[in-house]
Amino acid sequence: MIDQVKQKINELLSAGSVKGVVALAHANSHVTPCLFQKDDDLSVLSLGDNKSDGDARYPLNKVLIKIARQYPDDAFGILVRGCDERGLYGLYRLKQLDPEKVVTIGISCPQSLAVQCECKKPWPDDMTAGEISDGVEQKQVQDAEGKDQSQRFTYWTDQFLKCVKCYGCRDICPMCFCHECSLECEDLVSKGDLPVDIPVFHLTRAMHMADRCIDCGLCDEACPSDIPLRVLYKKTAQIMNTEFGFTSGIDKNETSPLSLMGPSPEKPEK
Amino acid sequence: MDYQNTLTTCTYCGCGCTLFLESIDGKLTGTIPCKTGPVNEGKLCIKGWNVHEFVQSDKRLKKPLLRKDGELVEVSWEEALDFTATRLKEIKEKNGSDAVGFCASAKVTNEENYLMQKFARAGIGTNSVDHCARL
Repeated sequence: MIDQVKQKINELLSAGSVKGVVALAHANSHVTPCLFQKDDDLSVLSLGDNKSDGDARYPLNKVLIKIARQYPDDAFGILVRGCDERGLYGLYRLKQLDPEKVVTIGISCPQSLAVQCECKKPWPDDMTAGEISDGVEQKQVQDAEGKDQSQRFTYWTDQFLKCVKCYGCRDICPMCFCHECSLECEDLVSKGDLPVDIPVFHLTRAMHMADRCIDCGLCDEACPSDIPLRVLYKKTAQIMNTEFGFTSGIDKNETSPLSLMGPSPEKPEK
Repeated sequence: MDYQNTLTTCTYCGCGCTLFLESIDGKLTGTIPCKTGPVNEGKLCIKGWNVHEFVQSDKRLKKPLLRKDGELVEVSWEEALDFTATRLKEIKEKNGSDAVGFCASAKVTNEENYLMQKFARAGIGTNSVDHCARL
């Protein structure tokens, strides 16, 4: 699979159709986000697999946003999995990236990773390499729903209690790009104080992610306290789907029901 | 166009989390926790996440400050070290070695911390050595 990816990167860079390609590289015994440019050594390319499938994934879309803000006139290639591509669709919608200036190099995720992520669509629409794995049912959400209200309340209260307020969930998130963040709003979350006993800003964030989260799971992996954030966002996304028929990043030309002005959209037929 | 991720170790505490300092054209733009780092496995605390900020901060002290007539004034390293050595000697002679205490730091290397405690014990003659984590 990696050879096909290298070939496509090489083609893009040689033809000059992109200025650089955002991907991953092996360097100093670690996997690191990297910008490959013309004549760079592609033998160090990594697809984000270290000890197990996809255990060294990074928010490459976030890297691309940073580079594109500095070089708005240049086009870039980017290595994407299914979730990354969903992220790009969302970022086009939110005007953070120009689709005319992004070329994707898509790879599918192996079934093992799809199962681990409980991913509904572990492949990108535009696939350069790999084979389509099966989408996986979201069992963790179903399990959480299986509990009664008081059990759920206790469960989430206990989870939020573990928060150390590192904001890693926000910092790693490829869909978080705001210059002003409500988590840094003095009126909502006071600076310099220890976290309150049960920080509810996770719920604020879940609301903000309702039409953005593309279920990449990087927040879950970055949480030092192992709060199951992904389940929370999966559930929020599920509500968006049930109520409005909207799934973030599934349609390239999507419009979020949360950004529509006017009469409420009709519910999809069930 | 130069995008780099420089592998390094967090300077904030003794845990030694592995992270990348992300830079575009030589200017730091962010911190990315290293997923393959055995210590932190892609996680960081809030200090680690913002480690890139102090490097280029306008508030960062670049020269030693000495209080003169109640005001902090920028001085040369030579003057700052001379003043410190002189005062340490004076205090030791007047009030004894135990009138001086030393605070080590997690932001420096083991070797530097070793040297500091050696200086405290052998140079000044006190066992009053503590660590910034207890402040």
